[in-house]
Amino acid sequence: MGKKRERIKPNVFKRLIFAFKDGSYATRLSFLVMGFGQIARGQLAKGFSYFLFQVLFALYMIFFGGRYVGHLFSGNLGSRLSGERWNESLQIFEKVSGDNSFLILLYGVVSLVLFCVFLTVWAMNVFGSYENDARLERGQELSTFRADLRSLINEKFYIPLLLPPFLGLLVFTVMPLIFMVLIAFTNYDYAHMPPGKLFDWVGFKNFQAMFSLADGAGFALVFLRVLVWTFVWAFFATFTNYFLGLVIAMLIHKKGIKLKALWRTLFVVAIAVPQFVTLLLMQKILDGDGILNKILSTNILWLADQRYFSLLPRTMIILVNIWIGVPYTLLMCSGILLNVPTDYYEAARIDGASAPQIFFKITLPYMMHITAPYLITQFVGNINNFNVIWLLTGGGPVDNVYYGGGSQAQSTDLLVTWLYRLTTDQNPKYNVASVIGIVIFVISAALSLITFNRASATKSEDAFQ
Amino acid sequence: MTGNFLKIRKHASNLLVYAILVTLGILWVLPIGYLVYTAFRVTPSTGIINTLFPDDLRLGFSNFSRLFGDTLFSQWLGNTMIVAISSCALTTAFILMVSYALSRLRFRLRRPIMNVLLVLGMFPGFMSMIAVYFILKAMGLTNSLLALVLVYSGSAALSYYICTGFFDTVPRAMEEAAILDGASQPIVFWKIILPMAKPIIVYTVLTSFISPWCDFIFVNTIINDRNKYTVALGLYKMINAEKNSFNDNFTVFCAGALVVGAIIVTLFMSMQKYYVEGITAGAVKG
Repeated sequence: MGKKRERIKPNVFKRLIFAFKDGSYATRLSFLVMGFGQIARGQLAKGFSYFLFQVLFALYMIFFGGRYVGHLFSGNLGSRLSGERWNESLQIFEKVSGDNSFLILLYGVVSLVLFCVFLTVWAMNVFGSYENDARLERGQELSTFRADLRSLINEKFYIPLLLPPFLGLLVFTVMPLIFMVLIAFTNYDYAHMPPGKLFDWVGFKNFQAMFSLADGAGFALVFLRVLVWTFVWAFFATFTNYFLGLVIAMLIHKKGIKLKALWRTLFVVAIAVPQFVTLLLMQKILDGDGILNKILSTNILWLADQRYFSLLPRTMIILVNIWIGVPYTLLMCSGILLNVPTDYYEAARIDGASAPQIFFKITLPYMMHITAPYLITQFVGNINNFNVIWLLTGGGPVDNVYYGGGSQAQSTDLLVTWLYRLTTDQNPKYNVASVIGIVIFVISAALSLITFNRASATKSEDAFQ
Repeated sequence: MTGNFLKIRKHASNLLVYAILVTLGILWVLPIGYLVYTAFRVTPSTGIINTLFPDDLRLGFSNFSRLFGDTLFSQWLGNTMIVAISSCALTTAFILMVSYALSRLRFRLRRPIMNVLLVLGMFPGFMSMIAVYFILKAMGLTNSLLALVLVYSGSAALSYYICTGFFDTVPRAMEEAAILDGASQPIVFWKIILPMAKPIIVYTVLTSFISPWCDFIFVNTIINDRNKYTVALGLYKMINAEKNSFNDNFTVFCAGALVVGAIIVTLFMSMQKYYVEGITAGAVKG
């Protein structure tokens, strides 16, 4: 017990305070001058790299980043417009480059992230020096530069493993995300497009607009409709695929059915053609002048009928999605079905259970138990299923009920396709799009939390009913 | 007597199952068949098939010669190959590195890192697309294939969990023995864990190789130069760019889709076993 407590280190701030209180003069100085603690003890390579890092970061902040961080915290995203200005002394119009709110925000975020990186390295520098103090106190030798390098392939192997992937993550996921989350608190839309116009912070105004009805300007009703359809779609898309896939897998696995591989392949071929191709193909088949109408000699707008809240397009989307998705669940279910413990079946047969009883009492519960996490991930995936909706209907048909307050939402839009339209439309509304993105995040996060709680619950139980 | 009856019942139920399978099979194969047929169809004027039995049933390779002769398809194919191979290599390496570290190594920040990755993965990718575009622009990388590779593999770390689930199941005894024998961590990673993880590696390679063939959204934002398109965007634009482009190019589009499909089918068929193992592992482990 006592040993265990020793291994839990106090948090970073406490450790920093300890280092300042108990550390030697070198450690204390390394709070200000990075690498001092190392150089003073003769660890030149390490010390000078720390020092160089500090100098480079300081130069970056002075000549580039500092200005943007200042903007970020001063509460304005630029005020000078670019354009032409009359120069009295030369009697000409001069071009002046003004501020660009977008770049200010972007570089501000970049600089902030770099600052966090700097803080981490800075803390490492202090702790390294403090560690040196402790070693000297105990009469141990300081670790050499080579020993440090060697530890990177042994007990610290996780650092070289994680560093490159995380660099990618930082640049292509974390920074853009912080940026877009911040956009939700600005008025960045088609009326405020830099460099011609600037945008600025507006606080929670976008969120208020999204969730209120304020005389036509609020999107609450539109939002609610899109949200409800998103969930209805995700529910049907997930469960139709799941059950049909399971049923087909069971049919193929039924005793006495021959050519099992052939049947499976028939369905798997549908996976092999890229999704966007099959979706475009389906869209053209179901189009107003598509082949289906020609064959049936009808004139049905399969994907564009607005009546009954666009019931027909919605049904068609779910049907096409079955075509797209069932092969995947089929593959998965066949894999799992092979592993259902046979003693369950034998016991049931001895007890004289009928086939439906066996299905509902053994197969289905077993499958549900094993694939519950998959179902929830699938559900979240379907909430964000952009391709199916976008390629089939493009979110349409345009339904006047949905166009409240210039929301630009259409009748089969999911939250994601709505978000996408808002950012790629001729009159983009990045701020509203960001709010939607945050909402999607909250929904996915809540659902995933449920999954993980469930998963850990089943782990401890370890048996299904 | 009862035995005979049971036999007949069994036969009947099997027949029913066959009937269902045949019907469903036809439903699933029909659109693909339509695609293949259109790709080989010789078209006098326009490519679209408006009747169930078109007057002209001639087949031939004219769509393919148009595809490779009149469009930039071969260029796009090359681009996609380059992007797919490099992003596949990078993605697989990243995923393996992250999942190995999170599954087999123990360090202070392990739990927090897993949680952060989980949270990051829940933001929709589209949301940050515009920002990604401007970051690439600031780096001077828009309209380059390198940008695509970076975007496709930059967020690879987020899909670590399937591999982690697999690594978790590999017993520890062997690597402990190797470490006692003085092997360093990279050796353990390379010589012991990776060979055991073959199915999941093949699965990762396969999925990350295929995704550039199917994405047209990120390409659409990042690349404007027709010469730098990937096949997905090229084909998409082929029938969506202008009002008439669908009627003019549909058969050529189908031919192109068939070429892409053939490449992916070949990959799939050769690695189907691993793919199923991968899906199943991912499903069970969550």
